Amino acid sequence: MADAAQILTTADGRPLKAALAAAQGRAKRRAFLLVLPLLLFVLLTFLVPIAYMLMRSVEHDGFAASAPALVEWFDENPGFDPANPPEEAFAALVQDLARMQEERTTGIAGTRINYSVPGSISMFKKGAREAAGLEPPYKEALLAVDANFGRPALWRGMASASNAYTAEFYLVASDRKLTDAGWARGGDKERIYLYLFGKTFMISALITVICLLLAFPVAHLLATLPMSKAALLMILVLLPFWTSLLVRTTAWIVLLQEQGVVNNLLVGLGLLDDKGRLSMMYNMTGTVVAMTHVLLPFMILPLYSVMRVIPPSYARAARSLGATSWTTFRRVYLPQTLPGIAAGSLLVFILAVGYYITPALVGGADGQLISNLIQFHMSKSNWSLAAAIAAMLLAAILILYWIYDRLVGIDRLKFG
Amino acid sequence: MKKTLILTTALVGLGFAANADVTVMSWGGAYGEAQTEAFVKPFMAETGIKTIMVDSDNPATPVKAMVESGNVTIDVANIEYADAIRLCDEGILEPIDASTLPAGADGTPAIDDFLPGAITECGVSTDIWSNVFAYDNTKFPEGPTTVADFFDLEKFPGKRGLKKGAKAVLEFALMGDGVPASEVYDVLSTPEGVERAFAKLDTIKKDVVWWEAGSQAPQLLADGEVVMTTAYNGRIFAAAQNEGKPFQIVWDGHIYENEMFVIPKGAPNMEQAMEFIRFATSTEGLRASAQQISYGPARKSSMAEEIIYKDGKTVMAPHLPTAPENMANALETSADFWVDHDSELNERFQAWLAQ
Repeated sequence: MADAAQILTTADGRPLKAALAAAQGRAKRRAFLLVLPLLLFVLLTFLVPIAYMLMRSVEHDGFAASAPALVEWFDENPGFDPANPPEEAFAALVQDLARMQEERTTGIAGTRINYSVPGSISMFKKGAREAAGLEPPYKEALLAVDANFGRPALWRGMASASNAYTAEFYLVASDRKLTDAGWARGGDKERIYLYLFGKTFMISALITVICLLLAFPVAHLLATLPMSKAALLMILVLLPFWTSLLVRTTAWIVLLQEQGVVNNLLVGLGLLDDKGRLSMMYNMTGTVVAMTHVLLPFMILPLYSVMRVIPPSYARAARSLGATSWTTFRRVYLPQTLPGIAAGSLLVFILAVGYYITPALVGGADGQLISNLIQFHMSKSNWSLAAAIAAMLLAAILILYWIYDRLVGIDRLKFG
Repeated sequence: MKKTLILTTALVGLGFAANADVTVMSWGGAYGEAQTEAFVKPFMAETGIKTIMVDSDNPATPVKAMVESGNVTIDVANIEYADAIRLCDEGILEPIDASTLPAGADGTPAIDDFLPGAITECGVSTDIWSNVFAYDNTKFPEGPTTVADFFDLEKFPGKRGLKKGAKAVLEFALMGDGVPASEVYDVLSTPEGVERAFAKLDTIKKDVVWWEAGSQAPQLLADGEVVMTTAYNGRIFAAAQNEGKPFQIVWDGHIYENEMFVIPKGAPNMEQAMEFIRFATSTEGLRASAQQISYGPARKSSMAEEIIYKDGKTVMAPHLPTAPENMANALETSADFWVDHDSELNERFQAWLAQ
């Protein structure tokens, strides 16, 4: 019996643990150096842009950089009353408007304020043109140029924008609006973001489930057929994968629209009245069908690669022990495919949540998802708001991923 | 081996140097094709500068993205009036000196020859286009004649096509509700006015098919998915002329605006870009464009002589938004209004769509 305190050594006297660690360290370093180019690539093209986008969602110095006098005044008077700003505030505003006119920054400053107080751009432009010629008392003079310069909402907006770092965009993305009384929940007719977040997740979940139900039999068939037939079926699965996304989406438009192939067929067969054509396009149905079609290969392939390595002997053993088909499937086969189901579902769900082009083309009125709004704000140059919505989406996905990890376990994921 | 490597590297390097051409970004579809025929090919033929045209659903978005990321790959872009003003305000575009634009064929200086508002700080107008509505005249031989008819589901049953967005749709709704063109923006500036527009849209909401891309509108009409749709007038004209579709445009209540050529800040070939713009917005250039697609030239000198379509026989004058007979109840898009209220009204519109 070896002495518990005796340290194992290698032939040349080094402690075994240290020698092992050194050898493994070399192997680890070599492996790390091999992966380093890919890591740098991912960092530069993936993580850095995402970090940049997240920064934009809390930062916008369009006003803070163009209105130094006001920024200083707001700093010195944090508790001012927005409904009744004093003469010095207006003096600072006039001074800044004149400066904006000279430095041609009226547009950028006005745009920043316009995000929370619509109508500000033209107001600022008018004010900037007149600012140089205004005489004290500045309050009356500026109110004479445009009465809206006295609005409490405007002063709240400017105070908030005087700091380049702000949570304002997250507030807007949560359906809050800046009113004269402060930030408040948007009216019934204006709330859209939280509703769309919910709808996006629900539709994506629905699509994931439908994909799973459709993909499971196909993957099983692919995994159990003899090689020649399986290869042919595999090509049929992969071929749409290689076709352009837009072509597939427009093909669905042609098939499902009211005067499209399916409806014409049904009417021609006499199953439908010409007046009673099915409305399957430019609504939720069209979105779900088209997106399911596009995302199906992402579910089939992980399932297939997991099913291929499941030995058929387990199912046979279960049957020989007296289990019915259903019990065999439920208690022996299904649990073995769980890693593939987990991988496929995660992939399809995350892709579906971010999808934008298919709902844009076939969604019509009720097929709008949150990604369409992100695209709208990107096109209207309000990148900070688009970044805020995207950051909220990212956070929601990460939370869902964490819950998924607790339930299923990431190490149980198998792609084959 | 080493020699081959050096040779191929040198060839690649040469290839890059020879790429000093002009890249123009436009909207694609029939419009992009028309501009290729009218501007790009003649410019290349005359100056020998290699020019290529790229397509985009709305060039304003990639322009901003390129300038902000510091990687500008296009030299000239074709964007809407309000976007041109907004991006110029944000410092995304190069200022264009109007005094360098060529005079009209009759000698009038450019500033006087262009229609009012056609030259802005950072943009020059390439054409005047319009949001009109069109119908299939095989379905309605005695077709709709006013905007109110668009909203009349009893007299003209069937689905309608509308652009998915607030701009040009809210004004259209107000005009359909009887607001004269001159008062539309005053009404729309009030909360009650916005309510009124949405209420009018509510009357047809369940029968609307919403389109996004310019070529979707004539496609919907051709497929029979809708019996009437709003569209960009040039696209309907192209479908009717080139493909013989039985589409009829209704000019009542059309909403027109200038489409602008702009240069993104930091464009790689600034000199050639300006040369291209000067060529394209000359009297002859704008005439050539109007011969390809029915968007009106923004220069008076271009309309001095009759413009004949490229098929050699159709006279373009009645098909242009700026023709006097079409301007009876026309509305010019107010760039100032939309620069202020685009985001706000679009959020409202999205909320209304979702309900």
